[in-house]
Amino acid sequence: MNIIQAKKLTHDYRKVGDDGETETSCRALDNVDLDVAPGQFIAILGHNGSGKSTLAKHLNAILTPTDGTVWVDGMDTRDAEKLNAIRQTAGMVFQNPDNQIIGTVVDEDVAFGPENMGIPTEEILERVENSLKTVGMWEYRDRSPNRLSGGQKQRVAIAGVMAMEPKCIVLDEPTAMLDPVGRREVIRAAQKLNREKQVTILLITHYMEEVTEADRVIVMDQGKILMQGTPREVFSRVEELKEHRLDVPQVTMLAHELRKSGLPVPEGVLTVQELAESLIAASRRAV
Amino acid sequence: MPIRTEHLNYIYNPGTAYEKQALSDIDLELPDGQFVGIIGHTGSGKSTLIQHLNGLVRATSGTVWYNGEDIYREGYSMKELRSKVGLVFQYPEYQLFEVDVFTDVCFGPKNLGLSKEETEARASEALRQVGLGEEYYKKSPFELSGGQKRRAAIAGILAMQPEVLILDEPTAGLDPHGRDEILDQIQKLHRERGITVVLVSHSMEDIARYVERIIVMEKGRVRFDDTPKKVFEHYRELEQIGLAAPQVTYVMQTLRGAGMDIDLAATTVEEAKASILNYFQKKAQEG
Repeated sequence: MNIIQAKKLTHDYRKVGDDGETETSCRALDNVDLDVAPGQFIAILGHNGSGKSTLAKHLNAILTPTDGTVWVDGMDTRDAEKLNAIRQTAGMVFQNPDNQIIGTVVDEDVAFGPENMGIPTEEILERVENSLKTVGMWEYRDRSPNRLSGGQKQRVAIAGVMAMEPKCIVLDEPTAMLDPVGRREVIRAAQKLNREKQVTILLITHYMEEVTEADRVIVMDQGKILMQGTPREVFSRVEELKEHRLDVPQVTMLAHELRKSGLPVPEGVLTVQELAESLIAASRRAV
Repeated sequence: MPIRTEHLNYIYNPGTAYEKQALSDIDLELPDGQFVGIIGHTGSGKSTLIQHLNGLVRATSGTVWYNGEDIYREGYSMKELRSKVGLVFQYPEYQLFEVDVFTDVCFGPKNLGLSKEETEARASEALRQVGLGEEYYKKSPFELSGGQKRRAAIAGILAMQPEVLILDEPTAGLDPHGRDEILDQIQKLHRERGITVVLVSHSMEDIARYVERIIVMEKGRVRFDDTPKKVFEHYRELEQIGLAAPQVTYVMQTLRGAGMDIDLAATTVEEAKASILNYFQKKAQEG
């Protein structure tokens, strides 16, 4: 069974005018179909306003569909009785690290979720240790979150979600406010969670470099899925991505340009090494 | 007007357990009309440094000269300095507070004591420069997108008609489209009005594309200060201090390492493409 399934998911934001009567509505998601198998690492890309954050909010029932259906581990998100179960299945990590930490000490903060679920103390301690070790923040367990860097705070937030042992974690632009080192730390923590604990990850981001290792990349535009596939498939469509003013990693762009100029470089190059190797090979052949 | 710092030192919380030397012996000169990038890891002192340049933070020791005048001299008008050296903070959209965009942009020039006509003329001009037309004047800042809010906030500074514009990570948290819009506008301003621009950024790709000079900060000191090409040649040292060169630099270094005669100084896709194509053409002629 799919951990996440959306069928013809449509969402309209309604806005009531100043007179309290006239209503305008804006379609944020338009007939989106999505299937995510357990254990996958999915990256969702798109502009501000493309609908990606709205989609994320449907995956743990912060929003419910205007039309269509979303199932989280088989539970319909419109089923109010399942709300807690849904949110324990799909955890969320948001963009701003300062808005989602509530504890005064790191380990207390991580314990907050499982405590609220009524988990026995012994097990909470175990989970806290486990989660903090996975994200590499165990040494900071008795620190105040105030004095951590943005990347460290985000990793604590991830540990907090992880301690609830969700099957799936949705990260909504978790790195947008971080520096390059913090970004790398957070992405590595998410990848580790996926590989070692088989947690399904949905990573929403602007940064193309962060998605090159995903199992599948989904590109959203104007509330619809514009393209999806492996990172290589998606990044082979450079012209199309550029048309939608989406970023392409510098190496992918360079490879694409060289290929257009007739050099034997594969399409959809994702790493520096890959491009360098193909050019070195071409250079040897040219001798 | 040129800014110069001389033996600038700044210590946070002196005499307490939290004492920290944020800036050590900074000697810098920013001549008129330069487009300068400042990069550095979080905590390297870049934000502290720029806050000295308009007198917002007073140095523990050392001096800042603006247009040949010591800004710490008695009777020096900080108010005038701050209208000449405009500082756009991180997430400036949090500082929008008026009922509509136009009123917000008028706030700065109004406080300079300008007439209503002059204030409004400057506000219109500033909004034009950031690409926000009349249809936005009466909108509440809350109705704007993230990129538009940020442009409105930048317009608020431009309306004071500064001679130097300093921006602290103006693209943080924006999507690629919003980022290009802001940086292109800033570049245009720099060209049209010839003002000095200081851009603090984490993104090496952005820096490489726009600036003519890069100042690299590390632990409160200036580690490198040169053209982008020269600075990125130190890519290994940049990595050691938590930074990285643009991806293209790594491609070029790898190719050179394999014995290919290409231009190590290329930092943008266009430059790299030209150099690699040139290499293969030469090779074909020789063959």
